[in-house]
Amino acid sequence: MRLRRPGAGWRRWALVVTAALVLAGCATGELPQNTLAPEGRIARVEDNLWNLVFPIAVAVFFLVQGLLLYALLRYRARPDDDPSVLPRQVAGNTRLEVLWTLIPALILAAIAVPTVKTIFDLSQKPASPLEVRVIGKQYWWEFEYSDEAGNIVTANELYIPTGRPVFLTLEATGQVTDDPSSIGVIHSFWVPKLAGKQDLIPGHQRTMTIEAEKPGSYSGQCAEFCGLSHANMRFAVVALEPAEFDAWVEEHASPQPPPQDELAARGAELFTSRTCIACHAINGYEGAEARVGPNLTYFADRAKFAGYILETTPENVAAWLEDPQALKPGAQMPDLQLSDEDIEALVAYLQTLK
Amino acid sequence: MTAIAERPTTTPRRSVFRRPTAETGPWSWITTVDHKKIGILYFVTAFFFFLVGGVEALLIRLQLAQPGGTLLTADQYNQIFTMHGLTMIFFAVMPLGAAFFNYLLPLMIGARDVAFPRLNAFSYWVFLAAGIFLYSGILLGGLPDGGWFNYAPLNLIGPNPTLGVDPSAGSPIPEHVQRMVLYSIGLQIAGIASLASSVNFIVTVFNMRAPGMTLMRMPIFVWSIFVTSFLMLFAMPVIGVALWQLLFDVRYGTSFFNPASGGDPVLWQHMFWLFGHPEVYILILPAFGMVSEVLPVFSRKPLFGYSAMVFSMIAIAFLGWGVWAHHMFAAGLGPVANSAFGLSTMFIAVPTGVKIFNWLGTMWGGRIRITTPLLFAAGLVGMFTIGGLSGVTHSIVPHDWQQTDTYYVVAHFHYVLFGGSIFGIFSATYFYFPKVTGRMLDEKLGKLHFALMIIGFNVTFFPMHILGLWGMPRRIYTYADGMGWNFWNLVETIGAFIIAAAILVFMVNVTRSLRHGAVAGNDPWDARTVEWLTTSPPPPYNFEEVPHVSARDEAWHRKYVSDGSQAPRRVPAGASPDHGTPDDASPGEAAVPAAEAPAHGPAHDGASAIHMPSPSYYPAIAALGLPIAGWGVVAGGAVQVALLVLGGTIIISGLFGWVLEPSAEDH
Repeated sequence: MRLRRPGAGWRRWALVVTAALVLAGCATGELPQNTLAPEGRIARVEDNLWNLVFPIAVAVFFLVQGLLLYALLRYRARPDDDPSVLPRQVAGNTRLEVLWTLIPALILAAIAVPTVKTIFDLSQKPASPLEVRVIGKQYWWEFEYSDEAGNIVTANELYIPTGRPVFLTLEATGQVTDDPSSIGVIHSFWVPKLAGKQDLIPGHQRTMTIEAEKPGSYSGQCAEFCGLSHANMRFAVVALEPAEFDAWVEEHASPQPPPQDELAARGAELFTSRTCIACHAINGYEGAEARVGPNLTYFADRAKFAGYILETTPENVAAWLEDPQALKPGAQMPDLQLSDEDIEALVAYLQTLK
Repeated sequence: MTAIAERPTTTPRRSVFRRPTAETGPWSWITTVDHKKIGILYFVTAFFFFLVGGVEALLIRLQLAQPGGTLLTADQYNQIFTMHGLTMIFFAVMPLGAAFFNYLLPLMIGARDVAFPRLNAFSYWVFLAAGIFLYSGILLGGLPDGGWFNYAPLNLIGPNPTLGVDPSAGSPIPEHVQRMVLYSIGLQIAGIASLASSVNFIVTVFNMRAPGMTLMRMPIFVWSIFVTSFLMLFAMPVIGVALWQLLFDVRYGTSFFNPASGGDPVLWQHMFWLFGHPEVYILILPAFGMVSEVLPVFSRKPLFGYSAMVFSMIAIAFLGWGVWAHHMFAAGLGPVANSAFGLSTMFIAVPTGVKIFNWLGTMWGGRIRITTPLLFAAGLVGMFTIGGLSGVTHSIVPHDWQQTDTYYVVAHFHYVLFGGSIFGIFSATYFYFPKVTGRMLDEKLGKLHFALMIIGFNVTFFPMHILGLWGMPRRIYTYADGMGWNFWNLVETIGAFIIAAAILVFMVNVTRSLRHGAVAGNDPWDARTVEWLTTSPPPPYNFEEVPHVSARDEAWHRKYVSDGSQAPRRVPAGASPDHGTPDDASPGEAAVPAAEAPAHGPAHDGASAIHMPSPSYYPAIAALGLPIAGWGVVAGGAVQVALLVLGGTIIISGLFGWVLEPSAEDH
């Protein structure tokens, strides 16, 4: 019996500490992907169900562990027991057994009602949403805005207005083509503070709604195992006040002028001669329309790049151009064997894309 | 049926090999058809795989101990987490259950062996062949790397898009395709072993029970074997079909799951989980059965609500077929499917809850002897409850969209499969070690093992709930600093090493106790079921006399008398058993008067007249052909043809030899 206590005690201790840390986490906001601190309507509705069920689970936890520990302590054999005398041989109790079949069933039935209601509520397409097409690739995200929002194509950063539902159409495509029926792999779109997950399935179209209450950058991550760099397939949803969002759309819908700076201009030439143009699009750069890799039109505006794992600094961009695979295993961008001068020029050009 | 009880009437034929006769040494193990030896083989092999899977777990935890871990590359990590899952499920927990099924099933129903002893040996060798085949990837192009669930179309195109797709069956076969062939054929072979076992166990339960052992007098562990075998019988063909489809897609360019040519990746998910969820119950029900045997013995009371325990197990097994899509709530099946599978997931908690409360009822009012088997059994009740409760939270579908594919789910199923299955298996190991070896395991080391295990287990897996809710996805080989995940990941890694220490203590205990443990005697725990009536270890024929069963807990009723109101008293040794009124009979079930049951078996004609099936080379030979043919598919080209022919020839020769030899030689 002495050995039973540490384990059980630890569990209780763990629960207290957990509860404290969960609360601490909510309070400090240092957990960018905390599902327990929703910041949008959808995540909040989902969290409400958790808030209903979690206390019931905790109550059942204490009930069962309490009964278990009580039984072990109260009914343990003692050294002075007469081993030839047995306890009363109870083989069952129909009334009790019916009771502990029915009570859990009733509790579950009670939980089922709001669950089913929420499932159907969330499956509705919201009124007058912003529509964005999300395309998952190995291993980065492409976001394509509808005509209404300037027909912008961007990568790994999804800008949305606050207080307005954003209706996402999700597809997964292969690496070499934009055709949704081409073979790609399953990914899962997840911004924990704004909404739960939705898988992107090759050959199918899925939809989901997200919504942000306050401006801010919300961390997201691919949640379905998708290969070597599954861990490096991250992104952010950036929520702006509606007016700021409109300004963002206006700016980002416009094409890039050719660079003025001499080094950057050389970089712009290299963009064609070193075959970057075969995979990447830049609006305003003639012939740069491919969508194999991310659209680079406003590359330098993005906080991070390469599956949203590297900050967009000149050093990081240079390191990436030097050897993409070393930073993101399985990345489709090849090592182009660029010279240091070429890398310098390309970095200078990419820095102008803002 | 075999000729266990009767003399064979067939004329002995000349076999290619002389019938093996070794009773000791390696050949006696390779050719054995004795369910007890096969059970021991299963346990030792599965425990070895458990250690391999454990080392893989430690590597995973070391890699994730801090952000940006560099111990493993992404490719190595993906292979290791995939193999950890495959190893623990198919080569550790399932066969550890099979070890106890094999060893105990005939003993618990008072039989001399299983219905098909050679098929039983075949199951073991096929299981071993599957494990060797899967792990042969270490020497070939690498191990499977798509996760145990191995979703399409990642399983078709591979984790590295820079390598491109090559579904044509040219040679040499691309590395990724080789890995997927290892996965699909390896699991296919393992499935043959499970399927053969399940048929064997079902027939054994139906036909080999001792006189008087009605279905509702069977030990509850036998019920768990029976129900689990039906689950295996129906679940294995589902994954079998899916694995063939995958093999042909990835190796020969068919289009079952390839969306580029009309296939559907979601089909793979449906088939995988239609197998995969019953599989969860295949892994946990045996542990439920074990604990349901252990708790009554050490509480010195009959199992509380035997009938409810039986029917809740059947209910779980039945409902277990209707919940598979809860693994796919994020796949976008639509609100109707999500609601239906959410509801079915909720309601499977009801029979599971019944089991928990009936275990508590079993302990309530008892005289609980705090031994190691009891501690592990109580550990299961406590830990599985946590896993069950987190399981209920998965059923609230909209919040499952937050939980799924995070560490919260990893926490959940480790509470079920480690806190449940593994704790149950250790409980049964401490409980039955004396029966199998004739010696007791050391109680002090056993309690140390338990203490380290329950602490290490909770330190490792409880924080995973928190990390999952804090947004840490599964199956990532690295994570960034600044996500708030560093502290608990480090704690989990420390916990994993505490578990490793617990397993070391167990191994020391087994090694020492095999030689120096206290001699057990027939019935060291004052147990309740008929396997404790025979010697420890039992003779090859199990019982000199097949016991005649007139009550549930037959062995207990031979030791104790209870005359209604008074507490039962022990019958003096040597006194004739008076069954009186078995007071564990459920209401409405007529107790069998002692007079009705035959007093003792037929004429006592001694052990020498018991005819047992003879050992055979053929089960092992037939099993050997399977991986050889499989390696042909991995290799491709001319080697493929050669190995397929060779493997096929070995399988067919083995089966022919098997068919043509009688199950037992005439002496």
